[in-house]
Amino acid sequence: MRAAIVVFPGINRERDMAIALEASFGTKPRMLWHKDTDIAGVDLIVIPGGFSFGDYLRCGAMAAHSPIMRAVKDHAAKGGYVLGVCNGFQILTEAGILPGALLRNASLRFLSMNTHLRVERADTVFTRRYQSGQTFQAIMAHGDGNYFADDATLDRLESQNLVALRYANKFGAVTPEANLNGSARSIAGILSPNLRVLGLMPHPEDLVDPLMGGTDGKPLFDALAAA
Amino acid sequence: MNPDVNESLARSFGLSAEEYGRVLAIMGRTPSFTELGVFSVMWSEHCSYKSSRVWLKQLPTKAPWVIHGPGENAGVVDIGDGLAAIFKMESHNHPSFIEPYQGAATGVGGIMRDVFTMGARPIALLNALRFGDPSHPKTKRLVAGVVAGIGGYGNCVGVPTVAGETNFHKGYDGNILVNAMCVGLADSDKIFYSAAPSAGLPVVYFGSKTGRDGIHGATMASAEFVEGDEDKRPTVQVGDPFAEKLLIEATLELMATGAVAAIQDMGAAGLTSSSVEMAGKGGVGIELDLDAVPQRETGMTAYEMMLSESQERMLAVLKPGREADGYRVFEKWGLDAAVIGHTTDTGQLVLKHKGETVCDIPLAPLFDDAPCYDRPWTQPVLQPRLSPADVPAPTDWRRAILTLLGCPDGASKRWLWEQYDRHVMADTLHDSSTGADAGIVRVHGAKKALAVTSDCTPRYVQADPYEGGKQAVAEAWRNLTSVGADPIAITDNLNFGNPERPEIMGQIVRATDGMAEACRALDFPVVSGNVSLYNETNGAAIPPTPTVGAVGLLPDYAKRMGFGGMKPGDVVVVIGATVGELGSSLYLRDVLGREEGAPPPVDLDTERRHGDLVRGLIRSGLVHAVHDLSDGGLIVAATEMALASRTGVFIDDLPEGPAHAILFGEDQARYLVALPQHSMDVLDERAADANVPYHVLGRAGGCEVAVTDLFAIDIDDLRAANEAWMPGYMEGP
Repeated sequence: MRAAIVVFPGINRERDMAIALEASFGTKPRMLWHKDTDIAGVDLIVIPGGFSFGDYLRCGAMAAHSPIMRAVKDHAAKGGYVLGVCNGFQILTEAGILPGALLRNASLRFLSMNTHLRVERADTVFTRRYQSGQTFQAIMAHGDGNYFADDATLDRLESQNLVALRYANKFGAVTPEANLNGSARSIAGILSPNLRVLGLMPHPEDLVDPLMGGTDGKPLFDALAAA
Repeated sequence: MNPDVNESLARSFGLSAEEYGRVLAIMGRTPSFTELGVFSVMWSEHCSYKSSRVWLKQLPTKAPWVIHGPGENAGVVDIGDGLAAIFKMESHNHPSFIEPYQGAATGVGGIMRDVFTMGARPIALLNALRFGDPSHPKTKRLVAGVVAGIGGYGNCVGVPTVAGETNFHKGYDGNILVNAMCVGLADSDKIFYSAAPSAGLPVVYFGSKTGRDGIHGATMASAEFVEGDEDKRPTVQVGDPFAEKLLIEATLELMATGAVAAIQDMGAAGLTSSSVEMAGKGGVGIELDLDAVPQRETGMTAYEMMLSESQERMLAVLKPGREADGYRVFEKWGLDAAVIGHTTDTGQLVLKHKGETVCDIPLAPLFDDAPCYDRPWTQPVLQPRLSPADVPAPTDWRRAILTLLGCPDGASKRWLWEQYDRHVMADTLHDSSTGADAGIVRVHGAKKALAVTSDCTPRYVQADPYEGGKQAVAEAWRNLTSVGADPIAITDNLNFGNPERPEIMGQIVRATDGMAEACRALDFPVVSGNVSLYNETNGAAIPPTPTVGAVGLLPDYAKRMGFGGMKPGDVVVVIGATVGELGSSLYLRDVLGREEGAPPPVDLDTERRHGDLVRGLIRSGLVHAVHDLSDGGLIVAATEMALASRTGVFIDDLPEGPAHAILFGEDQARYLVALPQHSMDVLDERAADANVPYHVLGRAGGCEVAVTDLFAIDIDDLRAANEAWMPGYMEGP
């Protein structure tokens, strides 16, 4: 699997993501600028976190119209792998690659804290190094991570089993208290119907080394590297 | 139409009659409106340090590892392997009081620019905040706005906020303090300075457009507040962190092309101070065509453009013929840019606007004849030293301890730092959440790391500016030591009231005396700093607050330390002597409601010996947890260690003396250490060799913090008391 990271102006977690990918893949990911359009030879496109274009209109709204996004859409449509984290998830929803939207956190405050994610399905290329029902730690750092979609969309995600991750407490219970940003149905991450696109708000890339406080995010990247 | 220039106008610009006389003498004629504006901001307290310069000179600024001390945008310190740490702390007090979100946000933006202007990538942010009494009607809104502003800016730019301090006191009711610090990393052979090297070079403006915001901000920062000053809101600048992020990337990329001869950000006094500093320091002249300045508004005058403090702007002098390199970078990052002038050999600052010369000032006297005052000062009135007998023991120990952990200064600030991205850049090894006396960020790709802290205990400085000044430096040194770092240098942010009052000037003089002595004794040079005076509202001055921002170096981050690693069964030891100094203590203030008494004296030789011992124990891998003893004394430190380590502490042997003085006293040069029994022999041997007293207090374990015969409190209760106050206050009625 060959990975590339897309950098928009205002993205700021590209280095974190590059470190995590390199640790699992053994090679440095290719860095793509938002004006690039040629992504030939890339198997996995990663859109990292940050504040693309300052998030000034809506989070991810302007990035969704950058030149590279047409190539990302084509890539996804052809069954290529795409991972969007934080602002990357927001961009994927704004681009219509994943359904729903990310609203202001219910507290209206930016939240930077450890959270626990429950793995809802472990048979995807992203999650297969976890067990279904397992919880793992990830760091959240966002002001707009409150997942929203209409009931029909939410029901469809549930019935098609496309919810990948939910906010839970450390024992794996999905509770209102553990749902720190107020997301609909505690959704932290969702998949495309072909299971090849994952968008999630918390940052698995910031826990891939004991030095950073843990390695709970590493299985996600290891799984991708082995794909 | 500009008003007539005369002494009365000069006074309204903040210049004294005598200073205006100097302007007339330099110019040999009546200055133009624009020229008067240039003089007034360059000679403002904020830009000229005219009241503090005499006293700042005594601060030690040199050491073999200092590459550049005060005088540049930030201090530069060699950290080995061809790398340099570049850092500075700066205040944004007045703007934050008037418009808390934007005031704090632009404070963060400004200090980052000071650091990347020198060629460094910012890698860590800190902030030192002082708010008024929580019960004051403005306080809650100010806290919410300042915290959101710091987070809103730093999070977006993508630099982790890893450490800081927050105090509440009625002395800041009308004048809060927002001190922001940024630490960056650069190659030590690729540091960029502001002095323009020669005449005939292009001067390039890049970044955001210039608007009418923040005009005379530096002058506002150099005057007292009076009732109704909230009307000055239009003088507060508005921050654009996205523009800052682009500016960082563009600036570092431009520097990498080799096109930059000199560079300076536009901070206080905007285009005026940046152009004057570049030309003045380089000993050349500068001529600017203001029509070429990218403008956000129409019809701006020369005066408005020169004094605007619009944010996220840079000025660079490029090497001959390298404009194309600049434009390529600016276009990639979508930044406005223009060649707005060139350096000259005239030694004059010449400004042209709409075909007219609106300013023609000789630069040398603007610098050399800037006012410098040795203002009259009086010795501070000192408080008497208190003996333990002067201070009653608590009638209810449990309640007293829960009070200290839950009072505004003692309570957890989780509510606040959870709004700061502490992990972006993937190098954070210790932050506000992890239980350590300093933040630690790894030097990317290396084994070493930087430790950062910010410290000042204003109630000590209020009671004795000299001892308080020493203590601020010593506590920063101790905090760096506690995480295993070698303390290397500091940046100071001196916040005081009106220096024209002799008693305030006395605080400035004595506090800097104390800081200078501590810096000398601890080999802890001052490499950058900022002075914020006139922090008064309606004649009431803030408590004197000389904030110390400090940086330490960990040669090997594997040997870092915190206070969250205590294990059940560990021996718990206090290093250093405990006499029981309760003067100006947290116990005296927050449990007994008394603000009095001499602060604990600081003996610098003792500090050094004790700290060196502790650092040695850490480096040898002999200890599990280390915590500096400060606010609240021994029992608060033990409780914080227990909470962070998730294990209780049982103290069964206190040092000699009244228990309340031993437990709550804030004697200096002390550390709480948890270590396994098998390390005790080495501790004993090394402490004896270094002539350092220590006392075995008890053992870690269980689920209580307990002192034999006095109290046993469940750590869940302690945690609840510690965590409850801030969210309860901010989200309560």
